Amino acid sequence: MKPAAFDYVRAEHLDEALDVLGQEGDDARVMAGGQSLMPMLNMRLAKPKTLVDIMHLGELARIERKAGTVTIGAGVRQATLLDWPELGRALPLVALALPWTGHAQTRSRGTVCGSIAHADPSAELPLVLQALSGEVHLHSAKRRRRVTAIDFFTGMMATTRADDELIEAVSFPADQKRCAFREVARRHGDFAVVACAAVATKEGVRLAVGGVADMPVARDFPRLEGSALDDALNAFAYELDARDDVHATARYRRDLVRMIGRDLVREVLR
Amino acid sequence: MSRLKAGQRHPVRFTLNGKPCAGEAEPRMLLTDFLRHQIGATGTHVGCEHGVCGACTVNIDGRPARACLTLAVQVEACDVRTVESLAPSPDRLGILQAAFKRNHALQCGFCTAGILMSLDGFLREYPQPDEQSIRDLLTGHLCRCTGYTPIVRAALEAAAEMRGDLSKEKSDA
Repeated sequence: MKPAAFDYVRAEHLDEALDVLGQEGDDARVMAGGQSLMPMLNMRLAKPKTLVDIMHLGELARIERKAGTVTIGAGVRQATLLDWPELGRALPLVALALPWTGHAQTRSRGTVCGSIAHADPSAELPLVLQALSGEVHLHSAKRRRRVTAIDFFTGMMATTRADDELIEAVSFPADQKRCAFREVARRHGDFAVVACAAVATKEGVRLAVGGVADMPVARDFPRLEGSALDDALNAFAYELDARDDVHATARYRRDLVRMIGRDLVREVLR
Repeated sequence: MSRLKAGQRHPVRFTLNGKPCAGEAEPRMLLTDFLRHQIGATGTHVGCEHGVCGACTVNIDGRPARACLTLAVQVEACDVRTVESLAPSPDRLGILQAAFKRNHALQCGFCTAGILMSLDGFLREYPQPDEQSIRDLLTGHLCRCTGYTPIVRAALEAAAEMRGDLSKEKSDA
């Protein structure tokens, strides 16, 4: 329960962090708030040769709102975003989900981008990114690119980030008019057994589910009611390929997707 | 950029409970082990070592933090406060500590240091908490003895005393 040995690099400029990643690739890991990576290090599920601390890079600690988009830098802690006065109006879905992300004692250090980089299938922030089709801004010494959530998450704690890339920021489309979020967990702040996020769209509603498949999954539904809605949600629940584990059975997870899903769709389309 | 090499000890300087503090740590050393073994400040307890139980909660730069999810080298130049900061003198308890004692808010005491540190920071920020907000804060801690109810009672009582609301009740006692 102690980390294996590593070099600790305190980056003072973004270029330095990118150089280390460019040279050491897979052997180096970026650490921001450390609330996902440190448990991995302590349990030796991750054994990087080099740890690059990016929390001294002032340029990454910004929240920017322009042209209908909110961009959140890699140094922005979850508690900082939660305290951002514009959060409720600009990113109402994030405002609903963020209090469920960890506990006050971990949000104080954990970052928004770090949770998305970790890509836990039960985590709230990846779910919200998927629900809103947000973008991940990747930066390496050679290039910059933006990847939409659907193309970013590839499986359980797996993403399309290359070894030499750093998540510089994530961006969310702003100003959702109608959205909803609900989660079932053993203890508030623990990882979700099932978490659902819903956003109204032009055609109907987009429903995203976390905690069931190996990554958060979003689906667009037309306006449905009654048994047509129940049938569509049932089909979605089965497509997520739920598994039994120590927290819940697959059947219970499907039940939650159907029940929470119906409540959220109704809430958003009301 | 500074690179602290693995397997070597590096100087770490920070403020601990208001006083300058220095020690040496390998990059991989956790703040929990650094505080306990290098500094000798054993008030901070070590529980699960992966951020779940909350026993090691301390305060870094005014915010609560899991010391087991923090490297010693990360607190360079930071302001760290631990449970040792709560008592005004070695023979007296702080307001929160005294409320815990009165309300039997601890039995074995293993989780207590972390809970005290979470509550101490929280009550400074929110001097008029309701029960729900205290319970919400306590979701970040595991206590296997008390069932939490006496902890909630102690926290509310301490908050009232810190605000000065308790003088009447005290005179009735």
